[in-house]
Amino acid sequence: MTEQHSTGTSEAAAAPPATGQAPSGQEVLTGQEVLTVDGVGVRLAGRDILTDVRFGLRRGEFAGLIGSNGAGKTTLLRVILGLLTPTAGEVRVEGRVSTRRARARAGAIGYVPQKIMLDPDMPVRARDLVGLGLDGQRFGLPMPSRVRRERVDAMLRAVGAERFADARVGNLSGGEQQRVMIAHALISGPRLLLLDEPLANLDLRSEQEVVGLLARIAREQQVAVLISAHEMNPLLPVMDRVIYLAGGRAASGPADEIIQTDVLSRLYGHHVDVLHVHGRVIVVAGRGDDPHAAPAQAETGQGW
Amino acid sequence: MRAVFEPGFFASSPVHIALVAGGAVAIVSAVIGVFTVMRGQSYAGHAFSDISVTGGSGSFLIGVSPLWGFAGASVLAAAVMDLIGIRKPRGRDLATGIVRGAGLGLAALFLHWDTTHTSASGVTVTILFGSMFTISSSIVPVIVAFSLVALGVTALLYRPLLLSTVSSDLAFARGIPVRLAGAAFLAAVAIAVSLAAMTIGAILSTALLVGPAATAQRLTSKPAWAFTWSAVIALAVTWLGVLLAYDSFYWPPGQHGWPVSFFVVTLIFLAFLAAQPVAARRARLERRGLAVSEG
Repeated sequence: MTEQHSTGTSEAAAAPPATGQAPSGQEVLTGQEVLTVDGVGVRLAGRDILTDVRFGLRRGEFAGLIGSNGAGKTTLLRVILGLLTPTAGEVRVEGRVSTRRARARAGAIGYVPQKIMLDPDMPVRARDLVGLGLDGQRFGLPMPSRVRRERVDAMLRAVGAERFADARVGNLSGGEQQRVMIAHALISGPRLLLLDEPLANLDLRSEQEVVGLLARIAREQQVAVLISAHEMNPLLPVMDRVIYLAGGRAASGPADEIIQTDVLSRLYGHHVDVLHVHGRVIVVAGRGDDPHAAPAQAETGQGW
Repeated sequence: MRAVFEPGFFASSPVHIALVAGGAVAIVSAVIGVFTVMRGQSYAGHAFSDISVTGGSGSFLIGVSPLWGFAGASVLAAAVMDLIGIRKPRGRDLATGIVRGAGLGLAALFLHWDTTHTSASGVTVTILFGSMFTISSSIVPVIVAFSLVALGVTALLYRPLLLSTVSSDLAFARGIPVRLAGAAFLAAVAIAVSLAAMTIGAILSTALLVGPAATAQRLTSKPAWAFTWSAVIALAVTWLGVLLAYDSFYWPPGQHGWPVSFFVVTLIFLAFLAAQPVAARRARLERRGLAVSEG
């Protein structure tokens, strides 16, 4: 049931995902899509990385881009950011196809890259990095102002980073750094927030905190949030939509409709089983000829 | 006062030149040095200093001020390094090393000619270790102009550079031309090194680039203060170095004075050592999660 990129209201009435009560029922439909990925294909060095990927995101929608390593998650994020030109199809942000520069200037997209390694001696505090989210692209020296300081303080509070606001970014733990990067990305008021594997290398508690924070941001600030992850379970309770990538193709829709044996088997091109174990979803490869055979390969919690 | 300032210190015109040119160069090197250290490009700075030797020794052969040789060679080296891939983390050390090796080979030839075919004795020492008291007064305005341009470029690019230093991905997402900003900055490093080559010598120039910056970034976690501290430290060690060198005319073994570059570089090292207890205390406080307020 690969969703053909509809803007209809059908998802609003969709049942909550099997694993928990999602706020997806309360999805606010503005009738406007923030992000439209329309038949995007990417071919690099003669190899198809992505084929005919389509989905749309509305304001306030919380979406997970799920797939194993090498499934094309980062490539897709790079296409959306405008760092990579797709071989086929197009990406529209707020209805417009535009260059990376233009999108950046318009401040439509906030981006959080994978964990960055920083010298702990680097004299850049959390609040400096958040401030650079406001005006980092401008020329000249920053003029300290009360308005600027108050905006930075408010943003730091909004992500729960006020405690380490004056610590060097290089000294922060993974979870703390994620919060600061999220504040950096959000302070310019984007309508779309992209995060590349924000949960990788986080301990269980930080993982839950970051997911909770992002879900709250999507809801309260009406930002469309797109998170890439190789592990979907932490996101299942809050995800309005899953975009599942496998073999360069994508299936998009409410999690309970997409994380199904038949949908994912079609996507992978061979039989996979979707197992529910203690409230967790596990996708395992089965044998095509015998769906009841023992899994040939099982990686707990991995998107295969 | 007389014990500190030997007679004639403030009346001597070489001292004036040393204080003005040395001071301007110290500030430029220190400010650009903070970005150099933060971006992990100290090795590129070293390469520029080595290549300045090539330019400086070449300039003696054709009879122009060594500044033109220093600046020309290191800016050219910056361009070549950029072309052959200094922006890729993996190719960076390789690109730097290859250019540095080629440059030093030429320097060997030029210095050989300098010492065998011209009568300029002491040229090698001047190029390698500088001599702030023998800077020609006609080149001082050029030094000051170069300093202002390098500082101006750094101030203009301050925010885009700072963001791309933290993460080039973040800078890309904000539409910053990361590659262009990096190339412009590399040129600024080349200028800073060639200016420092004029005052404390080509070989020692990176001491002024890296030392005050490394000290400053341990003293404060605020970026603006790191730049300020670095400039203050560099200016202080340079002026103190000039003073000590002037005084050293009356020190043993007598009647020759000690090289000013020796004092400057030694003071930079002492400042770094002296800052360590302060830095350690800061780090302890920061780890405890206490906000440290500073003046």
